Amino acid sequence: MIQAEATNVNFYYGDLHALKDISMKFDPGTVTALIGPSGCGKSTFLRLFNRMNDLIPHIRLEGNIRIDGRDIYAKDVEVDEIRKRVGMVFQKPNPFPKSIFENVAYGLRVNGVSNRAVLTDTVEKSLRQAALWDEVKDNLKKSAMALSGGQQQRLCIARALAVEPQLLLMDEPASALDPISTGKVEDLIFELKKEYTIIIVTHNLQQAGRISDFTGFFYLGTLVEHDQTQKMFLNPSDERTHSYITGRFG
Amino acid sequence: MSQLETAVQQLKNDLIRMWNLVISQMEKSRLSILEADKGLAHEVRINEKRVDAFELKIDMDSENILLLKNPVAGDLRLVISVLKINYNLERIGDYANTFARIAEDIEEPWPEEVFKRTHIPEMYYIVQSMLQESLQALQQQDKKLIKELFLSDKKLDRYNEEANQVVSTLIREHPEQTHDYLEAYTVMRKLERAGDHVLNIGEELIFLFDAIVIKHNKSAIS
Repeated sequence: MIQAEATNVNFYYGDLHALKDISMKFDPGTVTALIGPSGCGKSTFLRLFNRMNDLIPHIRLEGNIRIDGRDIYAKDVEVDEIRKRVGMVFQKPNPFPKSIFENVAYGLRVNGVSNRAVLTDTVEKSLRQAALWDEVKDNLKKSAMALSGGQQQRLCIARALAVEPQLLLMDEPASALDPISTGKVEDLIFELKKEYTIIIVTHNLQQAGRISDFTGFFYLGTLVEHDQTQKMFLNPSDERTHSYITGRFG
Repeated sequence: MSQLETAVQQLKNDLIRMWNLVISQMEKSRLSILEADKGLAHEVRINEKRVDAFELKIDMDSENILLLKNPVAGDLRLVISVLKINYNLERIGDYANTFARIAEDIEEPWPEEVFKRTHIPEMYYIVQSMLQESLQALQQQDKKLIKELFLSDKKLDRYNEEANQVVSTLIREHPEQTHDYLEAYTVMRKLERAGDHVLNIGEELIFLFDAIVIKHNKSAIS
């Protein structure tokens, strides 16, 4: 497990100052929820941790993003290396139009693993970790597109886990799922934090309360408050946080 | 106002109505005991049903808000506090009912000497003041008033500590009045308990204002 850290991060899309002097630390084995109204910068911030923003034109980053003490934007850092260590799960499940097995094995194959036994073991382990194994173990050759939305999302989580990342980024991973699938993904996150450091963006405040140890509230590009989730939802320090989580604005 | 704000405000208003009803019950029970007023005692006994109905309504509304509106932060603390304050108010209402039941059986007002030595009027005054001050603390968000409650409760405790001695002396002096003295003893004990319940309410108010739990740790109030 690793520690991730942002120090005095400012981020710009052209002239738009999207993140303003954000400093946050994510301890190993914790789940941190990022909450805030749409457009507040939480997804932009999340994507800095695996350099997903790199391809967007006219962006500028100031400050440091460190994973295990290493600046991941340093010149000598390969993006591929970062993405092996940092997995990401998106809002909508995005399986490849391939079999269930190949979806999970994809990251390993891209990294040059071709040993059948290793691939088989890793696929099973990842599917088990993602709490999907029992549902698909007899149909691994079936197309991933035939799975339900909830199963597809857990497949994407299995795919992210297969390359054994240490930091897991989740951008509203359950917002497109029904309550049963959401419950499974949340249970999964709770299990995964034993081995991973997890940062999750969510609009569902109850979900943030259920699954996270810490919560960060973003508003207009600033980090208004970052504290233990229990404290934040019982007695937030900042009036803006109080207004947001009680539904008075946002 | 949002649906949640409206529901929470309504809940708070109902609690305040319940509070005022219990204050009124306590006052009527005081007069019924001090003046052996059976009419007032009867009124308290009838109104006890209203206190119970209020308790059930506030419980149910609190549960519905928790279930359906997912309150957090100040709203959550308010609903949790209301649930607990509601319970304590109902218990105080029960004591007023007990006093009224005692008053219904009093044929002649107890001699002045009994009130003087048991300090029942003073104990009543303290409990009623505590009830008023705790309500005021909620309405004015005033923590200083809650500190006062702790001081008042100490006075009640002192009177209660003397209860055994005072009542056994009275019984020895006038054994033919034993029944009345035992009833007076019950009133003293229950007034002391009523003070404890107001203190519990004070603790809930501290939780509501500052999210601090001071139960079993009274020093935290400072």
